[in-house]
Amino acid sequence: MSKTSTKKTATKPMIEMDHVSKSFGTKTVLKDINLTINKGESMVIIGGSGSGKSVTLKCILGLMENDSGVIKVDGRDIAEMDSDERHALMNKFGMLFQGGALFDSLPVWENVAFGLIHGRKMDRRQARKIALEKIDAVGMGASVADLYPAELSGGMQKRISLARAIATNPEIIFFDEPTTGLDPIMADVINDLIKKCVTDLGATALSITHDMASARKIADKVAMLYQGEIIWTGPIEKLDNSGNEYVDQFINGRANGPIAKHTEHKK
Amino acid sequence: MLFKKIAFVDLCQNSGAAVLAVFAKAGRLFAFLGCTLKHIFTPPFFYKNTLQQFLSIGYYSLPVVGLTTFFTGMVLALQSYTGFTRFNAESAISAVVTLSITRELAPVLAGLMVAGRVGASIAAEIGTMRVTEQIDALSTLSVSPYKYLVAPRIIAGTLMLPILVLIGDIIGILGGYVVSIHVLGFSPSNYLSQSWDILQFMDVFSGVVKAAFFGFIVTLMGCYHGYNSGRGAQGVGIATTNAVVSSSILILIFNYLLTQVFFS
Ligand SMILES: Nc1ncnc2c1ncn2[C@@H]1O[C@H](COP(=O)(O)OP(=O)(O)OP(=O)(O)O)[C@@H](O)[C@H]1O
Ligand SMILES: [Mg+2]
Repeated sequence: MSKTSTKKTATKPMIEMDHVSKSFGTKTVLKDINLTINKGESMVIIGGSGSGKSVTLKCILGLMENDSGVIKVDGRDIAEMDSDERHALMNKFGMLFQGGALFDSLPVWENVAFGLIHGRKMDRRQARKIALEKIDAVGMGASVADLYPAELSGGMQKRISLARAIATNPEIIFFDEPTTGLDPIMADVINDLIKKCVTDLGATALSITHDMASARKIADKVAMLYQGEIIWTGPIEKLDNSGNEYVDQFINGRANGPIAKHTEHKK
Repeated sequence: MLFKKIAFVDLCQNSGAAVLAVFAKAGRLFAFLGCTLKHIFTPPFFYKNTLQQFLSIGYYSLPVVGLTTFFTGMVLALQSYTGFTRFNAESAISAVVTLSITRELAPVLAGLMVAGRVGASIAAEIGTMRVTEQIDALSTLSVSPYKYLVAPRIIAGTLMLPILVLIGDIIGILGGYVVSIHVLGFSPSNYLSQSWDILQFMDVFSGVVKAAFFGFIVTLMGCYHGYNSGRGAQGVGIATTNAVVSSSILILIFNYLLTQVFFS
């Protein structure tokens, strides 16, 4: 169970964000974020649309540069790494992008096998075999392997993208809305798969979701982001009596409450 | 008076900002160039992508370049005939055609045509990959976008344009030949021997070197603008336009500079 898995691993921080801020022009998206994710832990970030969840992931991955603050992965400050170290670090990561971000010039199986072939230098035949296994794990048959991403439905693209993220069995996995656009049954298959990655492979996971059922299933810990600030973190068991009215409103999906309908950022 | 003073300060600030913006842009371009050069010469190399680009930049540009130089050669022959008969200097036609094609017209026209065909498609493709986060995905799969996307295109452009221009030289001279023989009634053997006699190694060589520069410029600008594309379809559209316009202008500027270097 998730409750024991947090306790049994030594609480060594895998990802630390220390007073991280990020703005685009005059618009502040992240304000002084402090977040620690321990090794082997599954953290879920919840929060309204535009609250800065995807930007948080991209800052940790080094795809965007934070304006201030320190981000450490496995104890190392990512801003101080040279390109070789960063390259090595990326080999530990798997990332599911919110929009899928599949390579449309490559067939499905090569998308899934991309990290194996180019990152891990595996030969193509073996990589294809693993890719087919991963495609199977996300609930699709070998028949899609030779199609191109444009020939798949939105939900299928999302699942292929997830297969690509986990193909190399990465130590750290980021999922940006893994179940959005999936039917409820498939969403549950994906939840199980994510849980399996964390419990069986011991991966550290950071997921973003709006889907509270999914959050309850995959999370050890939850953090809520509101207007660029983390307003609550705690273990999943405490989510229902967090004592935070923002969290309460969000997880119950109520239109009325402290979270205004127009979530324009305060300057 | 006060108003004038404020307007003046404003003007200074605005032009200062504009100058700074130009320097910032130039700096970004040079940083991109430096990064690209580093990645072109360090492994791993993506041979398959490079081969693909040889095909799509080189082979598929052949018809466009061939047509352009063929008609240019024909027009040159016609125009110089109408001009040179006034001075009884018809024999100079073959020289005019041969030298203009090899030194100037084949490289510049091929460069501009390829800027439209290849530069635009590179910018649109890479820009779309930027917008749909495919470039971010490449980095998270520990593949450098410079190595995977940029280097193959720039290598292919720099190596293929000279070859295209060599072929364009031949086709252009052939165009002049066809018009001279069949329309203007020159003798084939005379025309060919005159062409051959006038032609020097430097004429062809300078054109080919120019072509390599132009190929580099077109692919670099395509990659640069695509890579830094703004968000959405509009961003990709702007990137494509900028790629074509900037590479065309740079081709014309570099053509002048290179001519100065070669023939002065
Ligand atoms: N590249 C960018 N340039 C400018 N602004 C950006 C950029 N990326 C994100 N933003 C802004 O940052 C804010 C947060 O964006 P982000 O994508 O993190 O939202 P999110 O929390 O993931 O929302 P959603 O749940 O809808 O995906 C948004 O207001 C967005 O407009
Ligand atoms: Mg998002």
